[in-house]
Order: sequence, then structure tokens, then C-alpha cells
Amino acid sequence: MMKLDCKHVWEHISEYIDKTIDAELREDIERHLEHCEICSAILDSTRNILVLTADDRTFELPVGYSKRLHERLEKELESSEKDPKKE
Amino acid sequence: MTETNEAGLIARILGGEKELFHELIRPYERMVYLTLFSIVRNEADAEDGAQEAMINAYRHLKSFRGDAKFSTWLTTIAINEGRKRLRKAKTAAEESIEEEAEGHEGDYTPAPLTDWREIPLEALERKEIREALRGAVAELPDIYRQVFTLRDLEELNVEETAQALGINANVVKVRLHRARILLQKRLVPFLRTTAPSRRWFFGRA
Repeated sequence: MMKLDCKHVWEHISEYIDKTIDAELREDIERHLEHCEICSAILDSTRNILVLTADDRTFELPVGYSKRLHERLEKELESSEKDPKKE
Repeated sequence: MTETNEAGLIARILGGEKELFHELIRPYERMVYLTLFSIVRNEADAEDGAQEAMINAYRHLKSFRGDAKFSTWLTTIAINEGRKRLRKAKTAAEESIEEEAEGHEGDYTPAPLTDWREIPLEALERKEIREALRGAVAELPDIYRQVFTLRDLEELNVEETAQALGINANVVKVRLHRARILLQKRLVPFLRTTAPSRRWFFGRA
């Protein structure tokens, strides 16, 4: 069993969040988190920020985007004399 | 939409049922816009680029082989459209700076803190919170912002992101890690002092 320092934990935060970290290292990190309030808070805040950023309200599509997109596509579909296969 | 349904739709579109293209791309409207926005960084350009990307996808649909997922293929087209627009807008000098950024060793240590009170999704009702989040993403170096957008906003996996950006999977992981740390570092001080806690929200609701 390896004893991790905080800096080492930070280097693996992203993989830890994605659960792509190997099992042994994951256990080491979890043990570290149990007693380290700094790393726990860093992990919680990072996760929280990712959830907030990924919410649809954070990056909103311009009003009317979808309608304009389909209108433009419709024009393209109408003007394509031949079907895309034969282009 | 399942991949089988998609393959079926694509076959029918190529067979002449052109109108089905609307249906094919509907699930990806947001994804294509966000991809463009992560590159060109302004709404009008991102929207125009998204339209162009979708049209390009239609025109080249026959070249979609099905060895990649349709979403990844479409993302690649969107990235190319974005890069094309960026090249038009940028001078050669600026581009070389961007490429150098890859080897740049910055400070990727998170903002230290000893406790974190979770900020609820309701906080997103506040404009200044949304603006801070968008601002922090916008300020990421280009190469980090693009990986972050594909992985964390559009939820492509590491391999799909690597394929779409033409980089290897390890580079995706490193850039994503740095992007997330930079966001934490930038946003924690702001959110701690500005965002309401859950208790605050329920107390007033």
C-alpha cells in the first residue's frame, strides 16, 4: 500500500472522476480522501463545477437556432437536384 | 436514436428520401453548435458554422462508412468547419502561437479549500452564475476548451474525442485533466462567495 500525498491525488482527479483509474490507485486515493479534507473539497468542487457547466442552461442555444437550421437545410435539400449518393 | 435506426435512416436518405435528413440530425443540433462555439467562440459564427457543417454532412453523407459512430463523424465535420472559419479570421502568427501551447507547462494545481458546500442546479437560474461558468470555459486555452467541450459538454468518450480531434487518447486525457483543474481553480473562489447554498434556496423558495 502506497501512501499518497495531496499533489499526487490532484494529478489523478480527472481519471478518478471518470472512473478510468486502476483499482489499486483508486483504493489509495479513497483512503487518502477519508482523512484529507482539502482533497475531498477539491474533488467535490470539481465534480460540482462539471455538473453545473454541463447543464443545458449554462450554454444555451441561440433562440430560434433549430428553426433556422432546418429552414436552411430544407433549402439545401430542395436545391440538390440529385440525391447525395450520386453527387 | 439507436445506431441501427441511424444506419437505416442514412440508407433511406441515400436512397432518395432526402427529407429524413432533418430527423437524422435532430439529436445532434446542440452538439454541433457547441463544437463550433468551442472553436469560433461567438454565437453568430457558431450558428452559421453549424448550418454549414450540417449541409456538408448532407452533401457528403455517402462517404460515411459506419466504421465510426455517426455522432463522431458529424463532430469531425463540425470541427473542420470551425477550424476553417478560424483560419480565415486569424493571422498565421497567431496560429503558430496556438500550436506552441501544447508544450506549455502551466500551473495545473487546483484551488485549495477545506470544505465545499454543493451548489445546486437551481443556482443556474441566476444569470451571473451562468455567465461565470461560460466565461471560465471561454478563457481556457483553445486546445483544452475543445477537448473539454467534446468530453464534458457533449459527452463523447475518450476514443471518440481523440478521433474527432485527430489526437491520441492520452493527449485527450491530459488536456481534459488540465481543463477541469483550470475551471476548478478559476470558479471555486467565485462560486464560494457568490453562489447560494441549497439551504439559501430552499429558505427563500
